[in-house]
Amino acid sequence: MSDPNVLLEAHAVAKHFGGVKALHDVSLTIRRGDIYGLIGPNGAGKTTFFNCLTGLYRNESGHFVFDGARLAADAPHKAAAVGIARTFQNIRLFGNMTAIENVMVGRHLRTRANVFGAIFRNRATRNEEAAILRRAEELLHYVGIHERAHDYAKHLSYGDQRRLEIARALATEPKLLALDEPAAGMNGTETEALRLLVEGISRDGVTVLLIEHDVKLVMGLCTRVAVLDYGEKICEDVPAMVQRDPRVIEAYLGGSVA
Amino acid sequence: MNLRFGKSMPWLGVVLVAVVLLAVPFVAALGGQAWVRIANFAILYIFLALGLNIVVGYAGLLDLGYVAFYAVGAYTYALLASPHFGIHLPFWMILPIGAALACFFGVILGAPTLKLRGDYLAIVTLGFGEIIRIFMNNLNAPINVTNGAQGITLIDPIRFGDFSFAQTGHLFGFTISGPQKYYFLLVALAIVVIVINIRLQDSRVGRAWQAIREDEVAAKACGINTRNVKLLAFAMGASFGGIAGGVFAAMQGFVSPESFSLMESITILAMVVLGGMGHIPGVILGAVLLTALPEALRYGIEPLQRMIFGRMFLDPESLRMLVFGLALVLVMRFRPAGLWPSSQRRRELAEPAD
Repeated sequence: MSDPNVLLEAHAVAKHFGGVKALHDVSLTIRRGDIYGLIGPNGAGKTTFFNCLTGLYRNESGHFVFDGARLAADAPHKAAAVGIARTFQNIRLFGNMTAIENVMVGRHLRTRANVFGAIFRNRATRNEEAAILRRAEELLHYVGIHERAHDYAKHLSYGDQRRLEIARALATEPKLLALDEPAAGMNGTETEALRLLVEGISRDGVTVLLIEHDVKLVMGLCTRVAVLDYGEKICEDVPAMVQRDPRVIEAYLGGSVA
Repeated sequence: MNLRFGKSMPWLGVVLVAVVLLAVPFVAALGGQAWVRIANFAILYIFLALGLNIVVGYAGLLDLGYVAFYAVGAYTYALLASPHFGIHLPFWMILPIGAALACFFGVILGAPTLKLRGDYLAIVTLGFGEIIRIFMNNLNAPINVTNGAQGITLIDPIRFGDFSFAQTGHLFGFTISGPQKYYFLLVALAIVVIVINIRLQDSRVGRAWQAIREDEVAAKACGINTRNVKLLAFAMGASFGGIAGGVFAAMQGFVSPESFSLMESITILAMVVLGGMGHIPGVILGAVLLTALPEALRYGIEPLQRMIFGRMFLDPESLRMLVFGLALVLVMRFRPAGLWPSSQRRRELAEPAD
């Protein structure tokens, strides 16, 4: 029934807050290996879409099909378990834990040690703990902040906090990495470094869903782009086509320039 | 262990602590067996406070009804080892039963309430603590289960074969009284709970608790089933409460609902908060201080008043609450992270998260 190249399909997903239609029957298709951009003006429903996808909100109607199975994500940890990891628009790290501990928390899902393992520290638990530490170190290397491993998350620079959040998300071994405005507040150099990081992640086989305001970044990085406006998808195509779409220009630039 | 006694000679610290721990019951006995009992209670409270520390300090769940689990453990022991029902099971059977039962109640209470946060959870647990106490008070009719407010008496002491903890005995040429025997049992239990606390802190589960305390939404997004993990903290804390209750019942030989008042819950919580939430040496310090302080008052204030005023006009019990309150206010004002906080907790309170 489903195309094996498709990782995520959203079918007419709708979400209301009281009378406000935050999402109005949004459907989209993300293929494996895509760097899929989700753009739109403020309040267009991008983050709401993320929150529905990751189980933080429940959509009123519509559904998601992820990796060939219908997503029953009524809780965020279930979404993480099937392979959807996310970062947050306003960074949400465990501020009073060190960078490496933050990433180690990300390994929770893929490890098993229980209370008895913790108390008796049997061989299996010790091995697992060592593997968690090793993997966390690798991931900090991967995102390029390993020299800050033992600093508290809240003492990291803004850009490093973004990277740490990505490392923590990658620790859950996602198939889909959903980044909510990762470049927000970054300067040009940091944005460029982020672009390289996201490209690397994509090359290593993780599909990326990206919400972003930085149109230049999205157009340069993404393989496909969808545009939301007032909770509706108004366009979905390759970047070059999206840029030329008159509805997008109107929505994004307020119509005055078109 | 977080207690550092000079890095160059770690064994010196351990030996020192061991010598002090060995000496305490004999030194205390010089002032009478009552002082040994006070030392015993201090250690029992260390045990309780470290159990609560898992719930409050690690997972950040405010539990104001912890004494309910203590009561469940105590009554389990009392009912299964006393003439009340004529059942006399050995302690090594009852203590696990008490722990399991307390754990069961922890889950029963936790499952519906752990969606609540902060204040709301505190109110529900507070109510639960009172419900258990009132149950114990009134469960003497139509069937007499708990013997109501009179409590249950003649509870069997802990006994290994012929070695009873209630009687004075001789060991290696020393004469060891009942309370002194309990002292060593309690120290052994306390060491076990300390090791468990330390090991939990540094584990997958411990990190998950800490993550939930830091940011619950982010913890969920990391794939942590927050409800189950919180329930686990609750159940573990409750089991420790149950074990402590069992030992309490055996040591006292008597239980009544009066021992499990709200005040008791608050005292245990105060030990955790006063000492330093989530920090094991801090919690131990809190438990020892808050057990020793009222006793010191009781023994010190009376003669002091008689000496100065020639008569008693403030009874130590009411003075105790006053000093308690004052101590808490002062600690919150000058050391909001506790007397001996973990470096982490100090950070949290020094720089409020934005």
